[in-house]
Amino acid sequence: MQATSPAIPASTHHPAHHPETGFWRTYIFSTDHKVIGIQYGITALCFLFFGFLLMLMMRWQIAHPGEPVPIVGPLLAAVLGDVAARGVMSPDLYNSFGAMHGTIMVFLGVVPLAVGAYGNYLVPLQIGANDMAFPRLNMMSYQLYFLGGIVMLTSFFIPGGAAQAGWTSYSPLATAIPTDGQTFWLIGMVFLITSSLLGSVNLITTIIQLRAPGLTWMRLPFFVWAQFTASFLLLLAFPPLETAGILQLMDKLAGTSFFLPTGLAIGGKLADISGGGSPLLWQHLFWFLAHPEVYVLILPAMGIIGEIIANNTRKPLWGYKSLVFSVLMIGFISFLVWAHHMYLTGMGTRISAFFQTTTMIISIPSVIILTALLISLWGGSIRFNTPMLFALAFLPMFGIGGLTGLPLGFSASDIHLHDTYYVIGHFHYVVAPGTIFALFAGIYYWFPKITGRRMNEYWGKVHFWGSLLFMNLIFMPMFVQGLAGMLRRMSDGGLQYSAAKVPGVAGALSGPILGLNNFILWAAAGLAIAQIPFIINFFWSIAKGQPVRSDNPWEATTLEWQTPTPPPHGNFLKPPQVYRGPYEYSLPGYDKDYVPQNQPPG
Amino acid sequence: MDIPYTVQPRPDTGVYNAKVGMWLFLASEVMLFGGLFSAYILLRVAAPEGTWPHGWLSIPLGTLNTLILALSAVTVLLAWAACKARMFDRYKFFQGITLLLGVIFLGIKGYEYHDKLTHYTVVLKDGRIADGHWVSATPSEVVLKGEFVAERSELADRRGRAKAHEEIRLARDQVQKMQVYGPAYNTYLALYFTMTGLHGLHVLGGLVVFAFLWGPGSRLWKTDPDRFTNRVEVAGLFWHFVDLVWIFLFPVLYLT
Ligand code: HEM
Ligand SMILES: [Cu+2]
Repeated sequence: MQATSPAIPASTHHPAHHPETGFWRTYIFSTDHKVIGIQYGITALCFLFFGFLLMLMMRWQIAHPGEPVPIVGPLLAAVLGDVAARGVMSPDLYNSFGAMHGTIMVFLGVVPLAVGAYGNYLVPLQIGANDMAFPRLNMMSYQLYFLGGIVMLTSFFIPGGAAQAGWTSYSPLATAIPTDGQTFWLIGMVFLITSSLLGSVNLITTIIQLRAPGLTWMRLPFFVWAQFTASFLLLLAFPPLETAGILQLMDKLAGTSFFLPTGLAIGGKLADISGGGSPLLWQHLFWFLAHPEVYVLILPAMGIIGEIIANNTRKPLWGYKSLVFSVLMIGFISFLVWAHHMYLTGMGTRISAFFQTTTMIISIPSVIILTALLISLWGGSIRFNTPMLFALAFLPMFGIGGLTGLPLGFSASDIHLHDTYYVIGHFHYVVAPGTIFALFAGIYYWFPKITGRRMNEYWGKVHFWGSLLFMNLIFMPMFVQGLAGMLRRMSDGGLQYSAAKVPGVAGALSGPILGLNNFILWAAAGLAIAQIPFIINFFWSIAKGQPVRSDNPWEATTLEWQTPTPPPHGNFLKPPQVYRGPYEYSLPGYDKDYVPQNQPPG
Repeated sequence: MDIPYTVQPRPDTGVYNAKVGMWLFLASEVMLFGGLFSAYILLRVAAPEGTWPHGWLSIPLGTLNTLILALSAVTVLLAWAACKARMFDRYKFFQGITLLLGVIFLGIKGYEYHDKLTHYTVVLKDGRIADGHWVSATPSEVVLKGEFVAERSELADRRGRAKAHEEIRLARDQVQKMQVYGPAYNTYLALYFTMTGLHGLHVLGGLVVFAFLWGPGSRLWKTDPDRFTNRVEVAGLFWHFVDLVWIFLFPVLYLT
């Protein structure tokens, strides 16, 4: 299937027998998993960008409390009105932006990109299937996701603005805030959750049922295992949050008191409610989802990194089996650790001992995965292209994130660190220079398959080094701030607790600690600038990038590279038959240093 | 382009796609209702001594509904067996019965809801508490059929208590607070309405699918009976789950 002429993009060699459907059926209401994957990808990238902008405005506010936001200030004032009078972010607006930043990044950005886009586009290709098991359901999942996003975005413009109680939406605060933002949030979440559920049913069924002949479980690429486990987490962890969402919606709309305790006073007045509810119930239901959810964020990323490392070291992944079992173990144990987010609620030593133990146990498979990926590098002839650079950086960045999680896992140290910037530093290290680096790596890596063109290497490297530098400049100081006791979610960036405001008080925040806010602001601006090469490179390469000379430009072994470029509707020219494991690189006795999974023995 | 194993089972897994999909979906449903039942347990355990309502629902009606659903579980199975045996008329008959039973279930449920939503507790300014069903109301007066109690706590346990039928006339200007037996009344009713409401939506969803498979969807029988039989089977799986949830709801809300 190799194209011959280097001058012409490979795509033109394979006039994909596209169905004779019109524009709408081909691009908007498509049931082709690849089109849906791309729809997910583009939508999610837009949301990531939007969530990033929210964060930039917030960083300005906490570095310069009460000063008008530069550049976009007048726009904010014009569009949002009083909450942004004169372009200054009010505390209410700050809270909205904070809640929506978290919600958008997690539920509308990273998960749809990591599972919706990558899972949809790659899993059927990697298992040699012609589509997902339920194509129409797949289309519906995307549409529900899109609708959920619309509901969330709309909530910015309703009177009172978007939800303000954090992405965690703790009751009674979330219920007590008198505006409708939380109601929109809940309805949006019900859409998003339903979308994820249908999507994960589809993905799991596809993996179980549509594997090509010969593709046994232990021949699956590591990426497929990661997606498989992440989908199970979505499938089983999301419903309790849906329950919680429905209950909170009842509290908001039907006047029930599921999460509202007896004697609740709002604004100094006893609330007119029946009471008898439990705020802790919300926290349990929320974290029962949200802990597995963080593994939904990280597992697909590990899968991507595994593929790229194997390909660019030209070696089999070290310890494939332990990688697979570690992923499955993470999947199981992640249902048993949720209350480590709740040590401060005073759960009693016995229960907290349980959750401390499980939290330590779950770090074991994480460490195994990291170690196996690291050892995979050993003795390889590494190709340092852009995807590989991102993949290599993922390892230490995820390492920092994971290690800083350990002190949070012990209740004794967590009580000091809980709700401080230390926690923010911890999870951003795993998600931003961790997962998002992996997602970038994947974009650079699979771009040639999707478009038939490569992204520019030089600008890719500029993007990489800039991102790596500024990510660390942003998140490293947060550990320092957190250890000094700076709380998260404060719209003045801690000013009210500064030594300048409350002189002589033990534990007040010192000038240098507060000054880091300004440092982080400019690092964040730097990170924004570092993304410009990526954005330009992305669009430029779609139209003008260097065409690939073959269907398998990275000389990879897995099945997605054994299709025409880009793969037509139905994917494979003839149904593939698999003969070997996923990473047969540098086998002795072959003339090439890679043996595709569908190459017959001999 | 045909997706494999939509009709015939895959040899090594032994199932066809939609069945895997339905089992997975049901697993997520177990977690959904599992979350609700956990909420129930937590809230009930935390309720102060003597405040948890007992005997607020009609056990005969609940039992009747349980039997109806149990019967429908049988007919849904028979409908599928009829498809397997290639007896389309028999399928139509049993599936029709299932539909009817489901509708009756919802009818009874609706009647129970109506009963609750016309039931009021009225706190009067002199401290007395009236409790009963709504009869009529004018701008100056509310008429209930029920009884007076001295303490709210007397209302909690109604097991073995005869229904009061005394007609109570309450002047509007004497009323301090008037509460309907809706979700906002107390935690028990909040749980009752939410749990049975969500269950009711599942019943409704199942009925819509059955109606489709009974009516327009049954045209598939002529062209692809195997595929049609699979659809009946998968819808049946869902229905069994819905029945199962009720088997848990009934004791939890009606009997204990
Ligand atoms: C591997 C070892 C890890 C350990 C021991 C660990 C432990 C913890 C603990 C105990 C907390 C609660 C801190 C507090 O609120 O006081 C926490 C927060 C968090 N972790 Fe981790 N974590 C680990 C890995 C990860 C990974 C892989 C991710 C995501 C990809 C992640 C994402 C988060 C997030 C998002 C939060 C904060 C949620 C919030 O309060 O808003 N963590 N972690
Ligand atoms: Cu956690």
